[in-house]
Amino acid sequence: MKILVCIKQVPDMESKFKVNAAGNWYEETDLAWRMNEYDEYAVEQAVQLKQQVGEADLTVLCIGSDRVKETMKKALAMGCDRGVHILDTESHLKDPYAIAFLIAGYAKDKGFDLIFTGMQSQDRGSAQVGVLIAEMLGIPSLTTLVEFSYADGAINAKRELEGGIKAKVSCATPALVTCQLGLNTPRYPTLPNIMKAKKKELISTPVADLNPEVSLLEVLQVAPPEKKGGGLILEGDPADLADQLIKILKEKTTALA
Amino acid sequence: MKTLLVAEYRDGKLLGTSSELINFATQMGAESAMFLVGSESVLPNYAGKLYLADIGQAGEFNPSLHKQLLLDVIAKEQPQLVVLPHSSYGWDLAPRIAFALKAAQISEVVEIKDGNMVVPSCNSKLRRQVKATTNITVVTLQGGAFTPVDDPSGTPEVIKVEVTAGGDIQFSGYEAAEAGGVDLSKAEIIVSAGRGIGKPENLAIIENLAKALKGEYGASRPVVDAEWADQSRQVGTTGQTVTPKLYVACGISGAIQHLAGMKKSEFVLAINTDKDAPIGEIADVLAVADLKQLIPILTEKLNAL
Ligand SMILES: Cc1cc2nc3c(=O)[nH]c(=O)nc-3n(C[C@@H](O)[C@H](O)[C@H](O)COP(=O)(O)OP(=O)(O)OC[C@H]3O[C@@H](n4cnc5c(N)ncnc54)[C@H](O)[C@@H]3O)c2cc1C
Ligand SMILES: Cc1cc2nc3c(=O)[nH]c(=O)nc-3n(C[C@H](O)[C@H](O)[C@H](O)COP(=O)(O)OP(=O)(O)OC[C@H]3O[C@@H](n4cnc5c(N)ncnc54)[C@H](O)[C@@H]3O)c2cc1C
Repeated sequence: MKILVCIKQVPDMESKFKVNAAGNWYEETDLAWRMNEYDEYAVEQAVQLKQQVGEADLTVLCIGSDRVKETMKKALAMGCDRGVHILDTESHLKDPYAIAFLIAGYAKDKGFDLIFTGMQSQDRGSAQVGVLIAEMLGIPSLTTLVEFSYADGAINAKRELEGGIKAKVSCATPALVTCQLGLNTPRYPTLPNIMKAKKKELISTPVADLNPEVSLLEVLQVAPPEKKGGGLILEGDPADLADQLIKILKEKTTALA
Repeated sequence: MKTLLVAEYRDGKLLGTSSELINFATQMGAESAMFLVGSESVLPNYAGKLYLADIGQAGEFNPSLHKQLLLDVIAKEQPQLVVLPHSSYGWDLAPRIAFALKAAQISEVVEIKDGNMVVPSCNSKLRRQVKATTNITVVTLQGGAFTPVDDPSGTPEVIKVEVTAGGDIQFSGYEAAEAGGVDLSKAEIIVSAGRGIGKPENLAIIENLAKALKGEYGASRPVVDAEWADQSRQVGTTGQTVTPKLYVACGISGAIQHLAGMKKSEFVLAINTDKDAPIGEIADVLAVADLKQLIPILTEKLNAL
């Protein structure tokens, strides 16, 4: 069985974001980078599937600058067999369509039985790339999965709907699935596995080799949201803060009445 | 400008998002028509053309077939914008349509500014104004961003859509959310734990504050996903919607899916180390502090009152 998992490297969302000089994205310096949270579930599910079927080859793919290789190494340490890095220092200028086009272009003649992606990225959150890849490859896609099982060429899964309701769905492989938070419990790479991952294949291919397609979207402006008045911001010593909060709760709410 | 609005229907019910779609078209100053895979017995309030495919034939969840039906209607109507809710139905269907039309897709629109779409990035810490370079564009709308002041009225002119069998996905029913546990929807005071608690042992800090305030404790999704708290305690779009008199968000960043479940709280107190956390946008008070330091002191002082 051949499995592909697509991951994206994103900044830590707790970072302070500054808009770049061009005014079309955030400044990339001084940010800590990590694997898109949704993709951790995708990698874990792919690794579990590989362990279940035994005979399987699991490729992790990521588009981005050389910096993303750090994140790919984590996926290798979690249990992926090989890494395909599409070297693109301008991946951030591509829209979901252009990203999906690159991945589908890579995957089309490789015969993957299953492709895993996250349901969305944490920074952009378009929730498009997975479904677009599947449409480009002409295979079925199941999205927003919180349960996944595979047997004999068929996927049985549950997609999450609003209010915690789930829809039971199934389809035949080859197929693509997009992973939602809580699908499984992503493993932490162990030290021996981190060492082993260093020896695994991680090949970079320049993006130009893959006939990139132009983006369909243009970003006009990026800015922090306008503060809509907002509330009171309190800072200082915890004991002081506690006193101030109690005073506010007494005055503004009935909680202490 | 012409828009085609894609309404959603589930389990015998028309979902409320159709009024948001209509309001969006109004705000764009655009003409509209609507598409629905649903039932003639439950029609949306809408004074326009409604292309209706029967859910009995087309199935509740059959995205590749729904895509085909929608594409047929798009061919007839020739809209410049195809508009869906950014919901489990919409974000699944939208890219399928976008690819078939070679159209750009703009996901999770929160606002229209100078005729352009505004979408959030980085957990709402940034907003982007984007523009499509294609003649037809697919957009999905963030839930609640276009809720109209007054519900729309009118009876649609129904045009039936012919359904032929098809689809590559089998749908075999719904599973209800887990029953049991606490009913947070009735709680007057809720203290919620977010990922900022750091480890499961720290949940006790939150529980103690909840006790001191004679309230219940709730949680954000990562806390539930990690099994530190029961599913019934999750607040948000895929958990419970709560309306307490006081909501204390501890170590919760304020993702839109969490806010959707608690923004109708009367008073919101947030405790967060990050002064820029988006929860600050809706909090009445944001105390910038480490919850592990502040909350035990606060609890002690409350208990001493
Ligand atoms: C003008 C412009 C400027 C931009 N600037 C930046 C920037 O500076 N930095 C930045 O990070 N983004 C930037 N973007 C965003 C852009 O690169 C998106 O990240 C990209 O289009 C993917 O969309 P998404 O993250 O919303 O994908 P989604 O559809 O939300 O992602 C779903 C899944 O697709 C897969 N996936 C997504 N991206 C990749 C990838 N690169 N490699 C492998 N798998 C992937 C993952 O499995 C992910 O879980 C910019 C976009 C534009 C148009
Ligand atoms: C379809 C869908 C449905 C979803 N449904 C829900 C839902 O129903 N409910 C829900 O909650 N989420 C939901 N989510 C997930 C949501 O997008 C966020 O990922 C989630 O709400 C983040 O939870 P959090 O704020 O606890 O964690 P994070 O976003 O990681 O935030 C942690 C916060 O803690 C702060 N912090 C860290 N350390 C401390 C400290 N010592 N003291 C004080 N503060 C600290 C940080 O500054 C940060 O702001 C859904 C997502 C999707 C895609």
